[in-house]
Amino acid sequence: MTNENKIRMQLQCPMPKLDFDVITLGHGSGGTLTNKLLDCGVFDILSNNFLDKRHDGAFLNMNGQMAFSTDSFLVSPIFFPGGNIGEIAVNGTVNDLAVCGAQPKYLSLSFIIEEGLKMTEFWEVLLAIRSACEEANVKIVTGDTKVVEKGKGDKIFINTSGVGAIHPKANIDEGNIKKGDKIIVSGNIATHGMSIMSIREGLDFDTTIESDTTNLNHTISQLLDEYGENIHLLKDPTRGGVATVLKEIAESSKFGIDLFENNLPIDEQVGSACELLGLDPLYVANEGLFISFVDASIADSFLDSLKQLDKGKNAQMIGTVVEEHPKQVILESSIGGKRVVNMLPGEQLPRIC
Amino acid sequence: MKYMKEYRDPQLAKKYLDEIKRTVTQDWTIMEVCGGQTHSLVKNGIIEMLPEQITMIHGPGCPVCVTPLNLIDKAIHLALDKNVILCSFGDMLRVPGSRMNLLEAKAKGADIRVLYSPLEAVKIAEENPEQDVVFFAVGFETTAPANALSVIHAHRKGLSNYSILASHVLVPPAMKAVINDEENQIDGFLAAGHVCTIMGNAEYYPLSEQHGVPIVVTGFEPLDVLQGILMVLRQLEADKTGVENQYSRIVKEEGNTEAQKMIFEVFEVKDQMWRGIGEIPDSGFALKDKYQAFDATKKYNVEIEEAPEHPDCISGQIMKGIKKPYECSQFGKKCKPTNPLGAPMVSSEGACAAYYHFSGLAEK
Repeated sequence: MTNENKIRMQLQCPMPKLDFDVITLGHGSGGTLTNKLLDCGVFDILSNNFLDKRHDGAFLNMNGQMAFSTDSFLVSPIFFPGGNIGEIAVNGTVNDLAVCGAQPKYLSLSFIIEEGLKMTEFWEVLLAIRSACEEANVKIVTGDTKVVEKGKGDKIFINTSGVGAIHPKANIDEGNIKKGDKIIVSGNIATHGMSIMSIREGLDFDTTIESDTTNLNHTISQLLDEYGENIHLLKDPTRGGVATVLKEIAESSKFGIDLFENNLPIDEQVGSACELLGLDPLYVANEGLFISFVDASIADSFLDSLKQLDKGKNAQMIGTVVEEHPKQVILESSIGGKRVVNMLPGEQLPRIC
Repeated sequence: MKYMKEYRDPQLAKKYLDEIKRTVTQDWTIMEVCGGQTHSLVKNGIIEMLPEQITMIHGPGCPVCVTPLNLIDKAIHLALDKNVILCSFGDMLRVPGSRMNLLEAKAKGADIRVLYSPLEAVKIAEENPEQDVVFFAVGFETTAPANALSVIHAHRKGLSNYSILASHVLVPPAMKAVINDEENQIDGFLAAGHVCTIMGNAEYYPLSEQHGVPIVVTGFEPLDVLQGILMVLRQLEADKTGVENQYSRIVKEEGNTEAQKMIFEVFEVKDQMWRGIGEIPDSGFALKDKYQAFDATKKYNVEIEEAPEHPDCISGQIMKGIKKPYECSQFGKKCKPTNPLGAPMVSSEGACAAYYHFSGLAEK
């Protein structure tokens, strides 16, 4: 959430005085305590016409083609530089819908809380959810809260699902990519993963790396207005990073991908942190980032338009779709050598020296 | 961080490559000793850019690859003990033991923590006085000072719940063993820059002189490796042998004397088992008598039966440079990073994993 929004939220929505300061198993029982938890502010913070009905589900009016997506969020630690699990939970599903070419509209929100979570922490997560919803212009219309015993969770897990109408000009499909398509990444890579890593591993970096979590729906919508069907495919390279997404696309198509290491945008600090820990930024997770496969005829203009937008100012053209080496991603290294880019066998493990 | 771009400059790389092509007149075989150099060669596509006359052979300088199987089994055994917190560097976790690896032990409930520094392990020991903390102290001369320092700190603080399971290996004796191998075809070496940062260059002069091989202390960035290759090549083509320092921006002739003091306060040189290679005389570190209380193998007296290596794994021949990863019958077939039969398929610095991951050979 933007800092301005954060301060406004905290002023507008101070946590009410409660007779409990941690969440206990009873708060997930469905009885009085659950209602107490929800009434103390959850419904107020997220209030809208749909949610306020407090029915078992939401009644929605929708027409035309829709996109529907779901995602579960487990982030440790739940608070990190640049955000918390709440905004990731909203932005994650919003962005999954946005890269389908949809304008996200309604979300569901489910919490699995580990008993002992401080109410102040839960409140901060709720404020982040509300702020992220406002910024993305989506509503939480239904939800659920469960509490698990201490040791059976990791503070809080969140699931969100969402629906949104497909943009009238959008035609996003892996089958649309063709030889010559240019591959454009909307900003610096590896930022979110290194932000989490820098605090999770207890490393003392001189400065903080802030996560890039943000919504992408408005940015993508503007690009779709302008470039419509010339945008062949959109993807958000979250877990597994840019390399994994590109390899998945190559494998499921009949084309190959050429990638240029020198064009990969990366923040200097993030790049240094990756070097230090022996991690390849191509495989590090991103949050507020998308990859576009666009028709070569509009690629330069698309890149210019994207660079004009706030969330695309670091955008770069990083690769091309080719007929040679089908199903393989080949990276041209910074010194001009070539190597294949594969998926990782598991999580990236930091090297010894 | 400095030098992120300077040593990856494509124009300079081309100049070095052109110079290498101009200099070479016959076939030469050069071993890069360190896994970090192997990683750089393969990751940057350098092997394919070199002229055909130059064959690069990937040396034994991958610490996780040469850690004895038996010691990994011991680490797993200790980690599965309910009262032990086992701390390790990240890339040890996927190395196959005889029955499972540390990641699988973690899934079975072992408390295993990935750390970047052994000093964090000392902190964990202080914070958990009821539990025993064991640091899996693996590595070359490079990690020895920090591991030694952790023992010094624990000793000073009087911690009785901290110990290290040490598998320290030393580079110069391994180079000697590789040279003395009957099947060895190596004409020159790129020595491991980081190891020399700590230990200096002194040990390489007798090695170069006695065995008549050029040795160039080399860094890890693409331009470092290219320059190192050119320097070895110039010696070979001029029929000279000597020790040169390509990595002089980091490596001082005498090394880091403070770090050496720390190492020899805590450790003494001993014979050491190398996985896939066998025992090499004077090639490892053991804790000195004064610090015996911090030696996990003695403290816990874990006896684990020696298990055989996978019969199809030829990692020893690969680490001695006798075979290339793709010459192994199981490379990319039964043996993949998701199911490694031997350690070089695990770490990104292991020759097999580097080839599998970056060269696409497995897919051909």
